Amino acid sequence: MRVALFVTCINDTLQPRTGRAVVTLLERLGVDVDFPAEQSCCGQPQFNTGYRHATEPLVRRFDRAFKDYDYVVTPSGSCAAMVRDNYPRIAARAAAEGRGRELTEAAARAVPKTYELTEFLVDVLKVTDVGAYYPHTITYHPTCHGLRVLGLGDRPRRLLEQVRGLTLKELPGAEECCGFGGTFAVKNPAVSTAMGADKVRAVTGTGAEAVCTVDNSCLLHIGGMLARQGSPVRPVHLAEILASTEADTAAGGAAGRAAGAEGGAR
Amino acid sequence: MSRSFLGMPAFPRAAAVSTRDPRLRANLAHATHTIRDKRARAVAELDDWAQLRAAGAAVKDRTLRHLDHYLEQLEESVAAAGGHVHWAADADEANRIVTRLVRETGEREVVKVKSMATQEIGLNEALAEAGIRAYETDLAELIVQLGDDLPSHILVPAIHRNRGEIRDIFRREMGKWGRPAPEGLSDSPTELAEAARLHLREKFLTAKVGISGANFMVAETGTLVVVESEGNGRMCLTLPETLISVVGIEKTVPTWQDLEVFLQLLPRSSTAERMNPYTTTWTGTTDGDGPRAFHLVLLDNGRTDTLADAVGRQALRCIRCSACLNVCPVYERAGGHAYGSPYPGPIGAILTPQLRGMAGPLEESLPYASSLCGACYEVCPVAIDIPEVLVHLRERVVEGGPVTRRGARVVLKPAKGHAAERAAMRAAAWAFDHPGVLRGGMRLAARTRRLHPRRLPGPGRAWSDTRALPTVPAESFRDWWRRTRGDAGGSERGGVK
Amino acid sequence: MSGRDVVLARVRRALADVPRGEGPHDPPVPRDYRRVHGSRTVEETVELLAENLADYRAVVHRCAPAGLPALIARLLAARGARTVVVPAGLDPRWLSAAEVAARPDRATDTARDLAAVDSVLTGCALAVAETGTLVLDAGPDQGRRRITLVPDHHICVVRVPDQVVGSVPEALPRLAPERPLTWISGPSATSDIELDRVEGVHGPRTLEVVLMAADGEG
Repeated sequence: MRVALFVTCINDTLQPRTGRAVVTLLERLGVDVDFPAEQSCCGQPQFNTGYRHATEPLVRRFDRAFKDYDYVVTPSGSCAAMVRDNYPRIAARAAAEGRGRELTEAAARAVPKTYELTEFLVDVLKVTDVGAYYPHTITYHPTCHGLRVLGLGDRPRRLLEQVRGLTLKELPGAEECCGFGGTFAVKNPAVSTAMGADKVRAVTGTGAEAVCTVDNSCLLHIGGMLARQGSPVRPVHLAEILASTEADTAAGGAAGRAAGAEGGAR
Repeated sequence: MSRSFLGMPAFPRAAAVSTRDPRLRANLAHATHTIRDKRARAVAELDDWAQLRAAGAAVKDRTLRHLDHYLEQLEESVAAAGGHVHWAADADEANRIVTRLVRETGEREVVKVKSMATQEIGLNEALAEAGIRAYETDLAELIVQLGDDLPSHILVPAIHRNRGEIRDIFRREMGKWGRPAPEGLSDSPTELAEAARLHLREKFLTAKVGISGANFMVAETGTLVVVESEGNGRMCLTLPETLISVVGIEKTVPTWQDLEVFLQLLPRSSTAERMNPYTTTWTGTTDGDGPRAFHLVLLDNGRTDTLADAVGRQALRCIRCSACLNVCPVYERAGGHAYGSPYPGPIGAILTPQLRGMAGPLEESLPYASSLCGACYEVCPVAIDIPEVLVHLRERVVEGGPVTRRGARVVLKPAKGHAAERAAMRAAAWAFDHPGVLRGGMRLAARTRRLHPRRLPGPGRAWSDTRALPTVPAESFRDWWRRTRGDAGGSERGGVK
Repeated sequence: MSGRDVVLARVRRALADVPRGEGPHDPPVPRDYRRVHGSRTVEETVELLAENLADYRAVVHRCAPAGLPALIARLLAARGARTVVVPAGLDPRWLSAAEVAARPDRATDTARDLAAVDSVLTGCALAVAETGTLVLDAGPDQGRRRITLVPDHHICVVRVPDQVVGSVPEALPRLAPERPLTWISGPSATSDIELDRVEGVHGPRTLEVVLMAADGEG
């Protein structure tokens, strides 16, 4: 099977550590993963802000970039949701506006092969124990698009429960939005911050060392607020936990570090 | 008397004020969390909820797609049962009709059942101008009316008030409108409800004209349905001699059987009950039982404009249960008043702009009053995809496009104030479609990362005032991949490095 | 143009995208939801009705037909009721043991007259087990809607199992839409103060339901 990593623009530019973790993890599980360089952004920021037409070239690009692959795996619930939920919608509107079926076909190719990382692990590879070691106490925040659009359900939790050394703390009000919401964070900063403050309070209250999600976009917001408050709780992407092993700890690698070299916040 | 929603500021400004009001925040958090869990339990009792929800959506879609047919059938059925049907294209016309009907009775006072439609058209204010006093009889509406306040929730218009504030309003204001609050009234909800009972009793026993809305109108039978809890609805619907019901045209359902879906969906979604305490159904007039004259005012007021939008029309499925408000994290923190209309919360954010033809800064800001978390869609009993409509309306704001206003099709220009964002979004989309350019920018950012500020000036402050900025890593993922795997296009190697 | 013409013309213009051949009954409505939730014996359905009535603070009593007059007499006495309004078609035996002034409902009675009455005694059209709901259809043993609204104490007799249906979908076909219907689920209530439920606002604050078994049962 030909598997491509769709790293997403945020991870590419701001959180490359997460992309590297996915590669490490998949290769450890025997998957030959490729990174087609033609990929860029899924178009979610444009589409969700109202720029549907500006999104269309990115739908075409996604289709082109991944046309030779059986599976597209992405460490982002919201980017996977963008492809699966909104590409068909964008295509249908274009068709209704009399602009043909090109996007419909592109969406039809993209949708069935696009998997969020935990879906790929649990549903395709059928593993929940990925051989990870992460000797830390964490709490898990299910991000909205992963939870409600993709329906990830308990997949992230089942993966986390198999990680050796890890202690999982229940997050009160877990299913409430953290307040990021893309451009919502800057268009309605007061409400976004109020939501974030409540989320951060819940996170801090668990006593966890780190807060984990399947989306770095939400983590930028949650982590940014934690950092601004001087909190020692750090944001960590699920992929980085799953990629960690005892060897990393011994080498002072990912699992042992309190904060990464990049992707931290200031 | 009576404040109005006219001239409300755009959502972000009003919402920012609410987030700094600790009492409002506490009242809303307490009330919405109380009902949230109860609703989930009431819904979980029915293992066919998904099927009921699909049926509810389908019945509403069937009606909306053939609304002309069903409205004419409804009109005929109501008339055959002895009712009088009036049509109002807008709020002014509806207010004129109701005022005339009340005047024809010779009465100067009316009792009202809680009704969103009459809130929307400002009926009480119109009646007051004609010298007619309207008494709200729903407990929460009474609190709003006595407090000279605005409603902030569909089901519980006074949700922003806690028991202590309600006691103070009752003590201070009841005497000005009729029977004063009992001596030594406490803030116990039971005592407050008793005070309302005593205050309104006299009005119910003497009222000659009742005014209501309706939850459903059955086209095939001409039956109207009002779903309520307190009994004030029954009082207003059965004791007066004249009943005037002002109902949005989208409240029509085709058949009597269709009620079997909505009478299961609505109570569990709304008050989280298996069934609400009282439901009244009536068909025209009945000899010797209830009002002798029944008038139905069918209200458009922007509904046909909403209907003209094939994506946005799903908002007209709404049965006003308010489940979306109760789960909305934005509503919980912004409060209902920030939405600038009687329809707050997620449904208001898609309904108000459409009913008002996307005209004005408030209407343009409402589609952005959401983090698109999707909790509203999840609980909506008629499966309105609120996030989908929000994004669709955002497109109308930033790209412009066709909308219908008062029946006329107009093409909107892109809204002002989005020029910089529009340029940035287009530039970003262009750059994302030209990865070579993007890579250059990323490398530039990486090389200058020690110089990046900790807080941003101008619009960027909206982020960096409360959230740390991410640091730009020394090496992007794609550079790492090419450095370690080295199989990307050779031409890229010569780039900015 | 009249308001009617304006609104209907707008509706038709708004629906330009609906295909011409599509009729009002054509858009499909999936009705694969349940007619009734779960399978129950007749006795279990009555039991569920009693449970759900009580859950919403109605006071539930049971009796055989022969015991009804004594039960009603006891309930009225316990309440201290002196006057009881009854619909014209109510079985006079129901009140035969009670020492109260029975007051047949008269069309000339005003709401204020009814407010002076202590209690009201009626039958019902049917009861819905799953929701704990009584439905009154202004039949001869139920009377005008106002008599079960203004007095503060309502005793409603349900003939079980004949008048009991399982669910809302089972109830509607047995009801006549042209009659004025009142669906009652417990005494009046409000959630308007902090979204917390409080019983007893404008309707009867005490609702007593008598489940009367057919002869030879109960």
